[in-house]
Amino acid sequence: MILLDEHTRVVVQGLTGSQGRFHGLRNRAYGTQVVAGVTPGKGGADVEGIPVFDTVAAAVAETGADASLIFVPPRGAAGAVVEAADAGVSLIVCITEGIPLHDEVRVNSYLRRTHPDVTMIGPNCPGIISPGRANIGITPVEIAQAGGPVGVVSRSGTLTYQALFELTRLGIGQTTCVGIGGDPVPGTGFVGCLRRFQADPETRAVILIGEIGGSDEEEAADFIAGEMTKPVVAYVAGVTAPTGRRMGHAGAIVSGRAGGARSKIEALRRAGVEVVETPTEVGDRMAQVVADLPPAG
Amino acid sequence: MDLLEYQGKQLLAAHGVAVPRGAVADTVEAAVARATEIGYPVVVKAQVQVGGRGKAGGIKVATTDEEVRTSAQSMLHRPLKGHLVRRVWVEEASAPAREYYASITFDRSAKLHLAMLSARGGIDIEEVAADDPDAIARLHIDPLDGLSPAAVRDLVQRARLDPEVTDEVSAIMLALWVAYRDGDTELVEVNPLAVTAEGRVVALDAKVTLDDSAAFRHPDWDGWRADEVLDERERRARDKGLNYIGLAGTVGIIGNGAGLVMSTLDVVNEVGGTAANFLDIGGGAGADVVAAALDVVNSDQNVRAILVNIFGGITRGDLVAQGIVEALERVELHSPIVVRLDGTNAEEGRAILAGHASERLLSEPTMLAAARRAVAVAGGAAT
Repeated sequence: MILLDEHTRVVVQGLTGSQGRFHGLRNRAYGTQVVAGVTPGKGGADVEGIPVFDTVAAAVAETGADASLIFVPPRGAAGAVVEAADAGVSLIVCITEGIPLHDEVRVNSYLRRTHPDVTMIGPNCPGIISPGRANIGITPVEIAQAGGPVGVVSRSGTLTYQALFELTRLGIGQTTCVGIGGDPVPGTGFVGCLRRFQADPETRAVILIGEIGGSDEEEAADFIAGEMTKPVVAYVAGVTAPTGRRMGHAGAIVSGRAGGARSKIEALRRAGVEVVETPTEVGDRMAQVVADLPPAG
Repeated sequence: MDLLEYQGKQLLAAHGVAVPRGAVADTVEAAVARATEIGYPVVVKAQVQVGGRGKAGGIKVATTDEEVRTSAQSMLHRPLKGHLVRRVWVEEASAPAREYYASITFDRSAKLHLAMLSARGGIDIEEVAADDPDAIARLHIDPLDGLSPAAVRDLVQRARLDPEVTDEVSAIMLALWVAYRDGDTELVEVNPLAVTAEGRVVALDAKVTLDDSAAFRHPDWDGWRADEVLDERERRARDKGLNYIGLAGTVGIIGNGAGLVMSTLDVVNEVGGTAANFLDIGGGAGADVVAAALDVVNSDQNVRAILVNIFGGITRGDLVAQGIVEALERVELHSPIVVRLDGTNAEEGRAILAGHASERLLSEPTMLAAARRAVAVAGGAAT
């Protein structure tokens, strides 16, 4: 298990909105300690018994929350992340989709500089689930199975669910599943999650789900080759994706050959990763890997 | 959204970057009139959101009314690299003594903005980057620090430009940074940034990509958006707020989440079909969005089957199913729908669909089975 367990105390920023309420209550029903909500101007209210505060600082002071889950709409989301970090939580999970790029870059720099110990997951992600322990975010819990030994890390929300679903169908449990989000500026990337899975005694194998764009998969391949001993099975979406219209040359100059699905698949294979061709194969391949693991302990 | 060249130049000019005198024209006669006002020689440039215009005949020098007429006629209302040219930009011709390259974009690896400057601008800049990376000076910009005059001077010096234009190019880089940041852009690129025979530094081209996520704080973008050249399907999707890219195949694809949709395209391709489009309805989509998505895909004449692939998280399976049922009542669909539904409230969703099952509404339990069924219905390879 990494990042999240049954002791994590969660404040939901945007709990009184429709998405925040729907998923916040689902998270609590799963056993997650959802101890507070924050909506400016609605302090003193409650959502089915969860107290709502005007600020994250007040929520943290009153309830001892140490993690924040953010459902705030795009125009307020960057400010919500900064507020959570300033209030002293150590884990921030931002579900919000559609935050402007410049806001994301500014917040990322702010966290790195001012709060280097804060772990940010997202934005534009499904959140984290440690099956049987806690779920923060929008992952449907029915498709997850407790007990390990597989860790999952993914850039794509829906493909994360697909992987969980396949594993659970085959009777393979998960330690933790982290959706790092598909935006250009994820708080924590593949490497940050792989490092934690490598250090986690319960996790014995990892599924990585990537997609086209950026170089996070290539960096993950370098990390796996150099520092990981646990087996990794991967899938990369977008082999046939439309390239779209490309303006200018700056993107190509910055990324060089990285970015395409084939380049990522090759980099991962060179690092010894089993890369499958369709998302439905992820589970079957992992079942073989798990069967081949030496006895635990 | 990618700006047209003249829109990008307007943005740069508003931030103090020198651009050639010019005017936009949407008819041949208007182009001639603008050229006469500007004075010969002029350059006639097709306004499309695509690179490589020059090589495709979209940039022509003209020295007489007749040459402007011929050039404008060869461009207006014709496709250039697949994009319909609706206007041309007529500007005073420049005779650059030197061509530099300047850009600011976002570097995903460093998670910082990146300014790039090179003395070797022009059409082969990507080859320069590959063969002689040191010819492109780079400077990462942390938005918390901004861009200091000292850092810019250092960048300009490392780019090995002519020393006499150091001050002017430094001022331009600062202006590009402000345009990039305050404009909520993902890319500002000037190639070539020209030094004229008189020693002036002028932006001869401008490529600007706006960050669509920031549109809510830029009401002024609406005018530019109205000028965007989209195909009919894309325009329909844009009007409904859908994330759609038109393709040429026969299987219409609707899914939630970019990763799942990309993966669906891959799987359809894998089982011998071809995708007609990429359409991501995003997270939290309700019945209205699903019905709108079906309407857009249905408007594509090439579509023979529609594959709806939903794995619910924030998107609820019951609402998706309701959307499909509503769409079947509201829109006359030309093609059968194959649905694969899993995740949040999937059982409720499947129950709704089961109540309306027919040869027009098929359900499959897995992504692979749904792809095979859709491809078979569309008349592609079936297994």
